Amino acid sequence: MELTTVWFILIAVLWTGYFFLEGFDFGVGVLTRTLARDRRERRVLINTIGPVWDGNEVWLLTAGGATFAAFPEWYATLFSGFYLPLLLILVCLIVRGVAFEYRSKRPEENWQRNWETAIFWTSLLPAFLWGVAFANIVRGVPIDADKEFAGDLLDLLSPYALLGGALTLTLFTFHGAVFTALKTVGGIRDRARRQAAVLGLVTAGLAVAFLAWTQAAHGDTASLVTAVVAAVALLAALAANHAAREGWSFAFSGVTIAAAVATLFLSLFPDVMPSTLDPAWSLTTENAAATDYTLTIMTWVAGFATPVVLLYQSWTYWVFRKRIGVQHIAPDHPAGGAPGSGASGSGGRDDGGAPDGPGGPGSPEAPGGPEAPGDDLAGVGGGRPQGAGS
Amino acid sequence: MELALAEETLARWQFGITTVYHFLFVPLTISLATLVALLQTAWVRTGKDVYLRATKFWGKLFLINIAMGVVTGILQEFQFGMNWSDYSRFVGDVFGAPLAFEALIAFFFESTFIGLWIFGWDKLPKRIHLATIWMVAIGTVLSAYFILAANSWMQHPVGYRINEESGRAELTDFLQVLTQNTAVAQFAHTITAAFLVGGAFMVGISAYHLMRRRHVAVMRTSLRVGLITLVAAGMLTAASGDRLAKIMYEQQPMKMAAAEALWDTEGPAPFSLFAIGDVDAGHNVVAVEVPGLLSFLAHDNFSDPVPGINDTQAAMEAEYGPGDYRPNIPVAYWSFRWMIGFGMASLALGVAGLWLTRRRFWLSERLRTGSEEVPRLALTRDRELGEGLTRWYWRLAFATMAFPLIANAWGWIFTETGRQPWVVYGVLQTSAGVSPSVSQGEVITSMTVYTLLYAALAVVEVKLLAKYVKAGPPELTDADRNPPTRIGGDHRDPDKPMAFSY
Repeated sequence: MELTTVWFILIAVLWTGYFFLEGFDFGVGVLTRTLARDRRERRVLINTIGPVWDGNEVWLLTAGGATFAAFPEWYATLFSGFYLPLLLILVCLIVRGVAFEYRSKRPEENWQRNWETAIFWTSLLPAFLWGVAFANIVRGVPIDADKEFAGDLLDLLSPYALLGGALTLTLFTFHGAVFTALKTVGGIRDRARRQAAVLGLVTAGLAVAFLAWTQAAHGDTASLVTAVVAAVALLAALAANHAAREGWSFAFSGVTIAAAVATLFLSLFPDVMPSTLDPAWSLTTENAAATDYTLTIMTWVAGFATPVVLLYQSWTYWVFRKRIGVQHIAPDHPAGGAPGSGASGSGGRDDGGAPDGPGGPGSPEAPGGPEAPGDDLAGVGGGRPQGAGS
Repeated sequence: MELALAEETLARWQFGITTVYHFLFVPLTISLATLVALLQTAWVRTGKDVYLRATKFWGKLFLINIAMGVVTGILQEFQFGMNWSDYSRFVGDVFGAPLAFEALIAFFFESTFIGLWIFGWDKLPKRIHLATIWMVAIGTVLSAYFILAANSWMQHPVGYRINEESGRAELTDFLQVLTQNTAVAQFAHTITAAFLVGGAFMVGISAYHLMRRRHVAVMRTSLRVGLITLVAAGMLTAASGDRLAKIMYEQQPMKMAAAEALWDTEGPAPFSLFAIGDVDAGHNVVAVEVPGLLSFLAHDNFSDPVPGINDTQAAMEAEYGPGDYRPNIPVAYWSFRWMIGFGMASLALGVAGLWLTRRRFWLSERLRTGSEEVPRLALTRDRELGEGLTRWYWRLAFATMAFPLIANAWGWIFTETGRQPWVVYGVLQTSAGVSPSVSQGEVITSMTVYTLLYAALAVVEVKLLAKYVKAGPPELTDADRNPPTRIGGDHRDPDKPMAFSY
């Protein structure tokens, strides 16, 4: 097989990894609004992905970096062409990362609520926009003879692209719901299954429409097979969900995502970005690729590194394999109560839904917030010399 | 919308703003990862509470900081394609590989193991948990190496050829890209400068608490670790900087001539302490100089000539055709001075601190302090600094926290603007690298969005850091002192709350 084809497949694998993994953590982010009933439940949801979302996101950076190295022209045309949607995605990912890390760092109601709102929107928007982007890649965009994007924002918002966005949004949310059912205990687990049933049906409808459209306009035999696999896997996921077989349900929703990504890439091949202006101007695995020398080095490094990455990332999931419920959430552990002290040190703070923070109206850094808890917490650290020898 | 600006101006400003901002978090992440790992190692080996409390305290600040470093780094990965698509097309074959490896090898390491470290206190046996923070530290250093190798290739392209047909640079020797002297020297300089930031950060915050006689045991230990880091890193930064400068005199004489505002080739060449130049006329109006020192910095002797701006300009015109090959000279001159000045000032403070807080060496019995006392600042064997001066030292130590960060930022501004008008030195000019399909309106939009977002996040981050700094190290619980013995956590109580939750 030619190296350019190998790398086309590897890029598809990286995107599959990204959508499989970050797909459920986007979904969980959306569910913080639709499934969680109060702050404790929202925290359960956030903590199901807490230890892993950052590692999941690196699949995107790797896909981006690998595209840059293996298909420089694709990287250049895609990211300069999809400028504003990509800007929106990046802003979401920036805010989202900070939101996970900072949300629990202050006890005030306003602070936490604002970051929770941020988590919802910054999960929902990329989940939608990635579908729009990939639908556009498959459908083709105006690309001129110099391999430059020659369209505008409206070219990116066709009905097909919007349908693609709706599909990824519901598919990822479904994937997130079955993940939640797999990772939680108590009432939230049962409700996650019920919500997954509804989401799965909506996803199935959208998936059939989108995959049929893709198949009709761009597909071949191979993509037909993967499209059918995606549809069957989705139904299997729904059935397993109905039977409360949560592990199977999650596995099948993962297969759905992988098969859907495969369908898109098979429909695309050998183009990587078709031009709607003139097929001769399309970017292909040949005319967008790096040299054989670079691809050879990349293949060796990826061949060794990727299995190692899969190994230690899988190990992470195994370490955090325990289901969690509201009883496992550590009470708020603001300053002074670093990991561990929450359980006994600064316990007793009611972190239910009731607005009890002293934050007052306004932004996360509302006046009144910073000082009051700071003082009350200074006592936790204490002025007494501690430690050495004690 | 098109403004009367050079095509690359907006894209350059955006790159400058987002990269300098990103790099405020990077050096602290690199150094604190290792320093926290060292503190945790000390705890695992000695079992002393003071080290665990220090680990948790600095670890918390590290996490607040790394979150910003990670998210602002996402943008960096895509910015080349968004604003610099012609650059990306031209260099992708060479430049893309180290970027891809950085993600595949370093980012995965960092991001996966940081999750294990944050949530792993009650899930991993203590030695395995310790290993996770070391993995993070290794990841940060690997990441630095790959990205600096890529940047070094822009400073001094090697191991490539130009494909005449496609007009693109093509990789011919990847090992050379990774191991060329520019990459090694830049890596050494950047990593040591990163530890300068981490050392000063620890010293500053420890001084803040010690001045108030709070959290003495932990802060005394931290002060010591910080001072040693600051002094060692400071000396190594100076040494590696000297080495890098010598390489730059060979590879980019224009950058170094601009750094000195040395208009005409001189031998022996003087080192400029202060200058006001007239760029159009090509000479300095005011100049305060140390004779011969520049020759020494460039060549290790006090007489060899150092090429000046005007002669280098003439030589470059002969080589590359007519054009202005001079970078912005006042920026190069002053950024070089701010870099060295702020960096060395923090080193000086570290040396002073190490001397003043020494434990036994040349110190009378009366001035020695125990592990739970605030160190007394002893000038000589029997003489302590007065109360006023002691307060001033602590205050100055606190303020110095910012110095290495300022030095790092100016260092990057110097090395990147000093390379202009080239984006890949001698091969591709910056103006040829921008995205033809992106309008100035789009660049202004994204620049406005990033600037506002980054400003807001800076306020949030600094306030959060301040809150956790003030709160001091946490008390320890029995659970902290007795980590689980099996992977996944002990199974004593299925409903036990997690040690840490988001």
